[in-house]
Amino acid sequence: MSTPGTDIRMSPASAVGLVASREISTRLKAKAFRVSTAVILLLIVVGIVAIKLFTGGGGADSTVGYTAATAGFAAPLKAGAQAVGENIDTSQVADEAAGRAKLADGSIDALLTGDGKSVHVQVKKDLDGKLANVLQLLSRQVALDQQITAAGRNPAEFNAAVAAARFIEDPPLEQPYDYDGQQLVLGIAAGVLIYLSLMLNGQGVAQGVVEEKTSRVVELLLSTIKPWQLMAGKVLGIGVVGLVQMVVIGAGGIIAGLATNVLTISVSAAIGTVVWLIVWYLLGFFMYSIVFAALGALVSRQEDVAGATSPALMFVIAGYVVGISVLPSDPGNTFVEVLSVIPVFSPTLMPMRLAMGGVPVWEAVLSVGLVVLLIPGLIWFAARIYRNAVMRSGAKVKLRDALRAA
Amino acid sequence: MTGLEIDAISKRYGDVVALREMTFDVRPGELFGFVGSNGAGKTTTMRIALGVLSADAGQVRYAGEPVTHETRRHIGYMPEERGLYPKMKVGEQLTYLARLHGMPAADAKASAEKWTERLGVAGRRDDEVQKLSLGNQQRVQLAAALVHEPRILVLDEPFSGLDPVAVDVMSQVLREKAADGVPVVFSSHQLDLVERLCDRVGIVRSGQMVEIGAVSELRAGGAVRLRVDVPEAGDGWADGLPGVKVLGRKGTVTELELGDGADDQAVLKAALATGPVREFAREQPTLADLFRSVVTTEEVPA
Repeated sequence: MSTPGTDIRMSPASAVGLVASREISTRLKAKAFRVSTAVILLLIVVGIVAIKLFTGGGGADSTVGYTAATAGFAAPLKAGAQAVGENIDTSQVADEAAGRAKLADGSIDALLTGDGKSVHVQVKKDLDGKLANVLQLLSRQVALDQQITAAGRNPAEFNAAVAAARFIEDPPLEQPYDYDGQQLVLGIAAGVLIYLSLMLNGQGVAQGVVEEKTSRVVELLLSTIKPWQLMAGKVLGIGVVGLVQMVVIGAGGIIAGLATNVLTISVSAAIGTVVWLIVWYLLGFFMYSIVFAALGALVSRQEDVAGATSPALMFVIAGYVVGISVLPSDPGNTFVEVLSVIPVFSPTLMPMRLAMGGVPVWEAVLSVGLVVLLIPGLIWFAARIYRNAVMRSGAKVKLRDALRAA
Repeated sequence: MTGLEIDAISKRYGDVVALREMTFDVRPGELFGFVGSNGAGKTTTMRIALGVLSADAGQVRYAGEPVTHETRRHIGYMPEERGLYPKMKVGEQLTYLARLHGMPAADAKASAEKWTERLGVAGRRDDEVQKLSLGNQQRVQLAAALVHEPRILVLDEPFSGLDPVAVDVMSQVLREKAADGVPVVFSSHQLDLVERLCDRVGIVRSGQMVEIGAVSELRAGGAVRLRVDVPEAGDGWADGLPGVKVLGRKGTVTELELGDGADDQAVLKAALATGPVREFAREQPTLADLFRSVVTTEEVPA
């Protein structure tokens, strides 16, 4: 005879924990997860190395050849180029004919010809605009030197005096924020990472919910745990997996950037970016994945997941697209500033702005606060839909029915 | 000692009445067969007992107390819609399900090993469920219902899709569970099996329990049949006997059903009048006969 009583007490937390740990272990073991993480990490490292190769110190912007007659232009050309931020290499050629041969085979970009009294240049096809500017400066310098010599003065002394002149800036009326190129790149990278992560893991939640519906295992699960426990465990588990992925990718990217000197910002600024990235990933993930779980519960086939989650995905995409298209050219855009505080857009926009810098503290705090406030409401809403829809297989459950049904 | 009680449960889906005051009980140590045609309400009843669906009215009790979320963890359930995670390994899956029912990790693992052994799928423990044949998946599904050592068993069509060997193993397991004092209720369309296995049977029609009792009681309560072998009798020899209905004639054997007030001795006299009588046997209806007569009876309006 069985003895009733001694009920199995399992706290809701341990039920949620069991579901979450199943999600974590099956997902971390899955080949797809490992491959996708490795591929994204590899792409980022390759991208950083590529930036290093194309722009980093090494290669000059252009190489200019000179003959014995024009050798006097070589030094002022380099100096002038440096003054405008161009990096020009010079190399001597035997004579103009040899120089033209080098022009033809592409080993030099321009050749200084003539007798050295005025600047003559020859190129293979088109004269590069920046090089043209530098040459224009050079020819002015040459003309000026000739005038100074004609006036009986020493051009070297004159130039030294001119070079020593500096302007003095009075304090600006408003404190401007300087968006430098690296922060811009970081901001864009942050935006792309958050976006990818919300797309992959958010969809992962919806697919996981549908997997349980399609395989019917949900009925067995719900005979022992409550719907909200199953939903919360799933969201939590996938969130942790996404976080691991995010940290691996984010840290890998920053380390690669610092190691190759592509990133020259301070380590603390880099860590700040990663921390903000993680905070916003978590906020964005929980906000969206709760909704994705509910929307996923409405359908019974994997093919229908994309359709069911698209209304929520549109906000993610909209935020990302606005951010990525407006912020690089106009980091202080007021429209983006306003959007980045509104909860549905903040997970994609705020981390980009934070990585670029110059976000007032109150905006950062307000945007986090609004999302935190919104999440309990979303949980209530999602749990209701999930509970009502998850046991109904077959045709798509209408959102209205799922909200109304007891 | 009361086991599992289903007390006046009603459920409707919109305008469709699925259950109408469904009532029965399964005593500890008893195998209860739940039969009825498709759509009669068996699955709905079981889902409500497991709390997967909520009832509009009525109560499910165990040991006299209303079933709560905690008591449900003691129920071993096999849903009609079979379901396991297709990409999870058999052993891990069973361990996980046992833990979800509150078993400590080590016990859960040991129990998963025990039941895969018992049900003949021990060799497939490290395979993903989707790689198993349907029959083996079915065995794993059974293991999933048993792995947390439940005190109540509610099984929806546990025998469907099983080969004869698995049917024997399953029957043996259910008998053992009942012998341990577990109330066992299962639905099935294999009536011969139900007849052989069950202590009591309930027949449902349109969401209501219409017949309930021990198989022998139910059979005794049905109309008595006679099998009479009369080689020299002409067709219609039994016509006109009061309360007697001729069911058919095969070769020299005539089958008759005795209604109220019919006298079997009058039938025998009529048979002897035709010549020699080689066989004169009284037969009780099988469960299948009872089932047919119950479910085909005209529906009673609500």
